[in-house]
Amino acid sequence: MTSPPAAPRPRWWHGEGARALLWLSPWIAGVSVFFVYPLLSTVYFSFHRYDMYTLEFAGLDNYRYLLRDPRVGVSARNTLWLVAVMVPATVLFSLALAQLVVRLKAGAGLLRTVFYLPSLVPMTAGTITFVFLLNPGTGPVDHLLSLAGVRGPDWFGDPDWSKPSLTLLSLWGCGQLMVIFLAALLDVPRHLYEAAAIDGAGAWRQFRSVTLPTIAPVLMFALVTNVIYALQYFSQAMVASRVASGSTDSPGSSFSPGYPEESLLTLPQWLFQVGFRDYSMGYACVLALLLFAVSMIFTLVLLRQFRRAEEAS
Amino acid sequence: MSARRRRVLLWVATHAFAVALALMFLAPVAFMALTALMTDEQALTSDLWPRSWNWANFAEVFDRSLLLRWAGNTLLYAALGTLFTVVSSVPVAYALARFRFRGRRTAFLVVIAAMMLPPQVVAVPIYLVWARLGLTDSLWPLILPMLLGDAFSIFLLRQFLVTIPRDYTDAAKVDGCSDLRTLVRVVLPMARPAVAAVALFQFFYCWNDYYGPLLYAGVQQDHLTLSLGLATFKAFHSVQWNLTMAATLLVTAPVIVLFFLAQRVFIEGVTLTGVKG
Repeated sequence: MTSPPAAPRPRWWHGEGARALLWLSPWIAGVSVFFVYPLLSTVYFSFHRYDMYTLEFAGLDNYRYLLRDPRVGVSARNTLWLVAVMVPATVLFSLALAQLVVRLKAGAGLLRTVFYLPSLVPMTAGTITFVFLLNPGTGPVDHLLSLAGVRGPDWFGDPDWSKPSLTLLSLWGCGQLMVIFLAALLDVPRHLYEAAAIDGAGAWRQFRSVTLPTIAPVLMFALVTNVIYALQYFSQAMVASRVASGSTDSPGSSFSPGYPEESLLTLPQWLFQVGFRDYSMGYACVLALLLFAVSMIFTLVLLRQFRRAEEAS
Repeated sequence: MSARRRRVLLWVATHAFAVALALMFLAPVAFMALTALMTDEQALTSDLWPRSWNWANFAEVFDRSLLLRWAGNTLLYAALGTLFTVVSSVPVAYALARFRFRGRRTAFLVVIAAMMLPPQVVAVPIYLVWARLGLTDSLWPLILPMLLGDAFSIFLLRQFLVTIPRDYTDAAKVDGCSDLRTLVRVVLPMARPAVAAVALFQFFYCWNDYYGPLLYAGVQQDHLTLSLGLATFKAFHSVQWNLTMAATLLVTAPVIVLFFLAQRVFIEGVTLTGVKG
């Protein structure tokens, strides 16, 4: 007796889930190789001493050293400055710039281009240019200040002025953020402003009760991503320190990162120095985990924002 | 004062302020160019305007550095990096945007987490792998990973692709198109601005990257990229600001030219990077 032929069951590889798996497989491989594996490996190395030749178990020694390492505190304070001053200054300046461009009746396109262009200048080129512009004494900025009877500071040579100097560089390069805000401002429905104007709201009141609530998600997103970028702050500080101190990265040359006086030292730079110049890979991994933990906090904030935005749409 | 006059004054004040600000944005590049043309001696003074126009400074930069070699290395990195990124990221973004599967939201959140991960966190183990493969002292450790997708590009493409109405892809399915055919024939033509933006961003990212080449390119002069070479050029010619500024200008110019060739793509692309609420 033969049973009647069963209806062909849908095979598992015909489902969208299986097809998604196929399409995502290169990326899954990428995440495994360049995200998951190195993260686990970093944890492993953090319990070892490793100079690329000999590997020995070190227990918690690297973690103990973290608590005694004076540069960690210095880096944390510098980063805190960047998060508390440079990030808000850059975000607010970009927003103000976008507001200005929105209000322009003539030449808005041209001025938008002018404000946007510096953000495309290669980071090394921009940083070197600012070290030149702010060169103590002979630089154009100090020269112009002296014409006004002001004696300029030492900028990149003065530990109190090095971070403000980098902030100027960051304001100059804020074009990307400005364009994002510009798009957000143009998305605010016009009739809301008209309604507010009829109710007698002035410019500031309109900004507070119409503009700000509408662009709040974009503003929050910009703040959080820029905080995370500040935690990674590396290249501008590194190049500024190198160029202002006149050091090279040639073999055998000594370079104390964070010049002047470690005022530009950040955790990523210290990690780079420890791991890839002094070859203390184990301790570098402890620094990496610290960086990971701090940036993960802000990434989780960002992920919550995304989930909310997805649910809203 | 009449309301009309107040409006005119406000108009003038706003525009004057904007123009003044724009001049300040242009000033660094202007000073860069002016200094690049000065003589060695004059570049050491606080003069703002060159007494003589020394166009030969640019030739001297080429003589004293491997600028063309650096540009070649940078171009290889940027061109291959961009090609690999686009080819590998488009299918992933499409699957994340269109396919319905369990864990789809989680997968997207992992993309964002990977995008925000500081590159330094995972640098040590990845470096050790490339060192074991004997590929350090080259740019391959920066180029090859892009074959497996780039988180930022996937994120950006996905944000654009979810806005394409399902009707288009469903219609293609009904016509018997495979997933791949639907992507190539239906979705990609509609997604051209997003793909162009991702390609441009990636090209710029590679072209301007300093951290990656610093880690992997080594210290030999002929292995450097423009960003890296420029920083060492300054160190070796520390008192010659004119040559340094000439080199800086030469490194900056191609980027500016590329921008003017593709201005619309840029502005539309940047807008995609802001989250839509």
